[in-house]
Amino acid sequence: MKLLRTIAVRALVGLAVGGLGFLLVLPVVSLLLRTPAGELLTRLGRPEIRQALLLSLETSLLATALVLLLGLPAAYLLASRQFPGKRIVEVLFDLPMVMPPTVAGLILLLTFGRAGLLGKSLGVWGVSLPFTTAAVVVAQAFMAAPFFLGPVRAGFTTVEHRYREVAATLGAGEFYSFFRVMLPLSLPSVLAGTAMACARALGEFGATITFAGNLPGVTQTMPLAVYVEMQNDLEAAITLSVLLILLSFGLLLALRYGQSRVR
Amino acid sequence: MKQASSVLTALSALSALSLFSGSTSSVVAQQASTLTVFAAASLTEPFSRLGKSFEAAHPGTTVRFNFTGSQQLVLQLQQGAKADVFASADERWMQAAKDSGLVEGDPALFTRNELVVIVPVANPAGIKRLQDLSRSGVKLVIAAEAVPVGHYTREMLAKLSSQPGFGSKYGQQVLANVASYEENVKGVVAKVQLGEADAGVVYRSDATGSVASQVTTLEIPEPANVIASYPIAVVRGAASPELAKAFVELVQSAAGQESLKKAGFMAVQPAAQPSQ
Repeated sequence: MKLLRTIAVRALVGLAVGGLGFLLVLPVVSLLLRTPAGELLTRLGRPEIRQALLLSLETSLLATALVLLLGLPAAYLLASRQFPGKRIVEVLFDLPMVMPPTVAGLILLLTFGRAGLLGKSLGVWGVSLPFTTAAVVVAQAFMAAPFFLGPVRAGFTTVEHRYREVAATLGAGEFYSFFRVMLPLSLPSVLAGTAMACARALGEFGATITFAGNLPGVTQTMPLAVYVEMQNDLEAAITLSVLLILLSFGLLLALRYGQSRVR
Repeated sequence: MKQASSVLTALSALSALSLFSGSTSSVVAQQASTLTVFAAASLTEPFSRLGKSFEAAHPGTTVRFNFTGSQQLVLQLQQGAKADVFASADERWMQAAKDSGLVEGDPALFTRNELVVIVPVANPAGIKRLQDLSRSGVKLVIAAEAVPVGHYTREMLAKLSSQPGFGSKYGQQVLANVASYEENVKGVVAKVQLGEADAGVVYRSDATGSVASQVTTLEIPEPANVIASYPIAVVRGAASPELAKAFVELVQSAAGQESLKKAGFMAVQPAAQPSQ
């Protein structure tokens, strides 16, 4: 009876894992099988593909930098301070993670658009965000921020109080102890958050096409180019998809290796 | 305890099974009375209305719509999407569907549409006439080339370039002002409605209804305008071919044509149109 049960449980677990592999890995494998590596390299030279690739790299790196710059202090405050309404702030910061990207694009338009809440005053200064590369960066940063805040906040929280207390008794100010104690001790989480944010920014589609539009060389990032090329040139769409997957894969893999080394 | 848990496992497996079979049987039952219509985004308003009257005339039938750019619809059909009726905003994509063996018989042209330029009521770029579209700094939003309306837009710009008062570079200059290529005509409408674009090129039917109060319409002179012809066909392998045929007939009927006319569309044969 017991043996039977063990076998049954193992079979079920095996089925589930196999099913998950089927669901997650098979599509990637089928994409890679569809494209010979040599052909991929020659297609890389095509201007529309190179253009989308460069724009994607540029915008997602800028978005990641923006998230890092704005997110690091926020994650630290959320991890180290208690204040009324903290839960609500945390939920608000998490919201983009579960928000449909087109909704994000629309509310960005309603905020930074020409007729938007903030966009109106921006317009006075001659600044108009929609349809620009900067809008792509904003859309990507908006969607990517929670992917950074989550792990980094958790990382900061796990650094024990006593380390900071010790640093404080030794006369270290908060600023000093942040850079000398907190940051080095939670580096793996910061790396994880940065890589996740970058990967999310790289894959951003819905908010970008809604807020920034779709113009080759200016706002047409790789995910947008995949969508558009599917109707014009399927091979180009496939090439771009392979590139996107390889980039994301490389990013996450580098993160794993980087983390194990830091630890 | 152990036995209880194994009973539980068995029970949950059983219920999962019954859930699965239950859902499949209900899908079969539903298919008989669900009509799926793939239609160009510009048909959203009149077709939604026609869908309601179709449901009223065929009790127990639900009409489901998939409205987006015709090029997307063909792509979805090619990838195996199930549909009963396909209505395209141009003959190019209907031909593509036909070439892929996706539709039954010969498609019928059922309505026509023409292009207009829309600008936000606030008119931030001060666009008063079509010539203003080529001024540098104007933010124009049009549909991508693969989208029927995007194709028509380029045709119209080329025609205008040979019209007196426009200049041969007109089309090129206007295209240089494009801020975004949208994936269907409603995307263009939304960007103008929100006031983000200075101007957009859409169908006349898109500038009606609730949109009309938010935009100003600029006419395109007749010799340069492009008439869009909309073909409709029953999809091959339709789950309910009779219902599909009935829907196509409704669209072509006097009531269907009236509904389209109300939404800003034009009759297929202007000469044969009885005077009212």
